[in-house]
Formats: sequence, structure tokens, C-alpha cells
Amino acid sequence: MKTQYSLLLYLSLLLVSLAAPLLLPDYRTQLALLWVMVVFALTWDIMGGQMGYNSFGNILFFGVGMYACAVIQRDSGLSYFPALYLGIAAGGIVALLLALIIGNGLLGLRGHYFAIGTLGLGVAAGEIAGGWDYIGAGSGMTPPLFPGELSVRDTFFYYAFFVWATITFFTLRWLYQGRFGLAINAIRDNEDKAEAMGLHTTRYKIAAWSITAFFLGVTGAAMGNLIGFIDPKDVAFAGSTYGVWMILMAIAGGKGTLWGPVIGAVLFHITQELFWTLLLGWQRVALGLLIIIIVLFFPQGILGWIRERFSKRRQSEQPTLAHTTPPRSEQQEQST
Amino acid sequence: MTQPLLEVTSVSKSFGGVEANRNIDLSVPEGKIIGLIGPNGSGKTTLFNSIVGYHPVDNGSIRFQQKEITQLLVPDIARLGLLRTFQQTRIYSGMTCLQNMQISAPDTTTGFKSLFAALPMDQMQKINEMLTFVGLHTKRDILAGELSFGQQKLLEFAMALIASPKLLLLDEPTAGINPTLINGLIERLKIANQQLGITLLIIEHNMRVIMNLAEHIYCLAHGQILAQGTPQQIQSNPIVIDAYLGAS
Repeated sequence: MKTQYSLLLYLSLLLVSLAAPLLLPDYRTQLALLWVMVVFALTWDIMGGQMGYNSFGNILFFGVGMYACAVIQRDSGLSYFPALYLGIAAGGIVALLLALIIGNGLLGLRGHYFAIGTLGLGVAAGEIAGGWDYIGAGSGMTPPLFPGELSVRDTFFYYAFFVWATITFFTLRWLYQGRFGLAINAIRDNEDKAEAMGLHTTRYKIAAWSITAFFLGVTGAAMGNLIGFIDPKDVAFAGSTYGVWMILMAIAGGKGTLWGPVIGAVLFHITQELFWTLLLGWQRVALGLLIIIIVLFFPQGILGWIRERFSKRRQSEQPTLAHTTPPRSEQQEQST
Repeated sequence: MTQPLLEVTSVSKSFGGVEANRNIDLSVPEGKIIGLIGPNGSGKTTLFNSIVGYHPVDNGSIRFQQKEITQLLVPDIARLGLLRTFQQTRIYSGMTCLQNMQISAPDTTTGFKSLFAALPMDQMQKINEMLTFVGLHTKRDILAGELSFGQQKLLEFAMALIASPKLLLLDEPTAGINPTLINGLIERLKIANQQLGITLLIIEHNMRVIMNLAEHIYCLAHGQILAQGTPQQIQSNPIVIDAYLGAS
């Protein structure tokens, strides 16, 4: 019964996603960005939601991946697609390695100290990138032009990001169902206890941080090509926009859940675009108000709120592993 | 006489000017239940913290299975099979009882792969048995944070047992538990010791409990070992009565 519901949900989501750029050809870039937002929220939630480590510096990995890819595309001498694929792989790997290196030191910090420690990362990276001639310094970088029409380019990146968001989602789903998910939840709930029980907490923390970095690095690498211009502070290390949004989307949807960040990202992206269209000039004010409303009235996020309201119903159903398998009520919410 | 499982030799620990532990000698033979009593602030929990590596000791040595563990860190000591429970119960409150147990069950795989291993299904039976053993089986899908304090203590106890330690340090296992449950807990501690073969070192304020359980008792006062002996010897020792029992 339950697997049938899931299958139906996944199939309908797949159909909608595949058909979306054909049905709404004018919005292809926006739809591609939607999947980027989903990856943003999902990856932030690994640390922020599941592990209880609020990071304000995840944008670092996004920007590093973007620059790594652009450098490969500029210097490798390959034609467009081979260089792009190589660059995307390099973006992920460079971000992952960077996470391993800084993670060792930074993950020794806990709670508020970790949050503040990460706050500096994105800002520092933006400043460094803005002063480094090898990557264009303040004037940024321009990835090579897509060989083909604009509409083909948009369609290509839409499907690329769709596939990537899907891979991210299912990888995390698999991770959360195993020991990894339980371990990072344990770290969130009581890190001292986890240590006292002999868990390799440091290993889990660095692994979570590196997974975050890898998925963001790859996203950044492709994103540079979709936007077509890499500015150090407004695109690559855009802490005040993407960097804040990824946190907001995860919290709005329901942090610490698998579907929460997805729901949050979709709603946030649509709302944000509506604000741009309908309230031009006031869009940032409206966005700010929305943030306040979410924090005040839905501190647990949309999914957390639904869970709270329907928890009585949930208990009477067949028991499930919370966090790993979404209860039925959420799935119905998703498909409607 | 075989070597003791845990041997603490002249361990001292000060916090600033306060000498919490001074030249403590203590040994726990394998398979026994050993008690540790003493007035509040006498240094019992400090000694526990020193043993499990929570803080470095000023001097002295701690050996577990003839292995020097004085310099090791908390998770490393835990993986050797020396676990402790906390006075202020520590459980993973945002996870269900079942998940609390699953993550406490020993890691069967090792190395890098173990980080991403699936949850072994063959452990489920053991976990269910253990939850039944502490009477929490019907609550297995409830968030641990929603349990009562006493139930949380039982869950923490079950989490320690499923990890199958060789030595388990229990910090006031019966504090805050209602009197009828205490009898059940004494039984369970005895079963854990006799059937699961787990050696226990127990801090306890409830004299009825500790006299009933322990085969050998150490009494701490002002950071020093005041007396040791069988429950009968401790109960009739005038120094102990003066320092501790008489005061209550």
C-alpha cells in the first residue's frame, strides 16, 4: 500500500518534471534554477537539519566548484562538452577536497561557534576571488559560449539540473536510511553521548561536510555555465542571496526531513519569482516579511507543522522510521 | 587470581584548588558487581569521568584489560568495551527508541565503508529482545524525548547493554526512578551481570540497592577512598557510618 503510494508519487513527479520545459518553454531558465534551489536546500539540510550543525558558509563550495569548472573550460583546450563534463567533475572534487581540509579544523567547533566560524568562509572566499588575477579578479570570468541556440542551452541545463537534483535526493535518501543517517541524527541530539557510546563522530562530521561540498561543487560548476558570467561576490560566493536562501528554504520546508527542503525550495522559488513579477521594487521587503512569518509561525517548517497536526493519525498507522521514510500524510500533501 | 578487568592506581584530579580525587586505588575484577558510594561532592562522578577519558588525570594510571588507557580519548575507550551512563540521562531525544537502539548496537563493519553501511537486519531481534527486557518494547516508535525520566533511564541502560560492553559504569541508575521500578531494575542489573556477562561498577545513593547488588563496595569521601569491603563490612564500619550513613 505504502510502496504503491510512493511509486505513484515518484512517477507523477517524474512526468511533471520531464514535461515542464515543454509545457512552459518561456520559463526554462527559471525551472532549471528551481532544481538548483532544491539541491541548495537538500545539501544545507545534511549539516543544518540532520546533524544540527548550522553552516552559513556552504556557498563556499558552490563558488569553488564554479571557478574550478570555468578554469578547466578556459585552459584545457578541449571542445565545449568534454571540457564542461571534465570541469563539472573537477568542481565536485575540488570542493570535496577543500571540505576535507578545512573540515578537520572547523568541525572541532560546536553550536554557535561553528555557525560563526562558517560565516567567515563565504565572505573570505569572495574577497580572495575578487583579488586573484588567475581567476579574473574583480572582473570575474566568462565561461565559453554554449554551441547552439539559446533555447537548446536552456533545455540542456534544465535536464542536467533535474538529473542532478534527483541524484542528490536519492543519494541522501539512501544515506539517511542507513547507519550514516542515524549517526548524524545522534550527533544532532547529543554529541557527547554519541562520543561516549564510541561513535566515530569526527569521521561522520567530516563525511557529512564533504558530501555537502561535493554536491554543491558540481552544482556550482554547471551553474556558472547557465548564468554565463561569474562574478566573485554576486554569483559565485553570493552569501547574501543563495547562501541565505539555502538555509531559509530548508527551514521553511522542515529541516531534518527528506522532503522538507524539497517542498521549501519549490515554494520559496515560486514565491520569490511571483514577488519579482507582482511587487517589483518591493520584492525584497516582501521576501523579508515572508522570512519573519515562517520563523514566527512555522518554526518547525511546513513539514514539521503538518507532522505535528497529524501526529495522532500517524501513530495509529503502521509505525515507520521517522526521518527516513516520509509518512503518508506528507506524500499526499506533495502530490496535491 | 586473575588480573582485574579495570585497575585504577593512585589517580588524582584537581580542578583549580579543589582536589576532587586524591590517590585513588580501585580495582574491578571481571564478572563482578562493584559499588561506589560516598556523600555528594565526594568525587565519584569525577572518578568515572577520569576512567572513561572525559578529562585528563593529574597523575596515576588507569588500566583496562591490562591495557593503559589513561591517555586515550572517550570514543576510543568506549570502543574497547568500557561504557558509562550519565547521572543526567543522555539519550538521543529527537530519535525513536528503536533508532536510539540501532545506533547504539555495535558496528559490525569496520573502516571507511562502515560510515555508509546499511542497518543490519539481524540485529533487530536482539534490539527487540533488549527493549522487551527493559519494558520499552511497546514504546519503540515513540521519540525518546517524549518518554518519562525513568523510562529514559531504562532506555539509556538498554542502549548500553546492546553495545555489549565488557565493563559498564552506571552513574546513579536508580535516581529518579519510582520505588516499584527500582526492584525491577535491580533484577535487570543482576541479569545483565550474570547472563550477559557484563561487569558493573555502580555509583549509587540508595543503600538498599547497593547493599543488595554489590559484592564489594568502595566508599569515597573528600576525594579519597575512605573504606572498602563487603556490604556487611561497609555497613558496620564506624568511619563510613560517620561520614555518610550517619549523616543521612
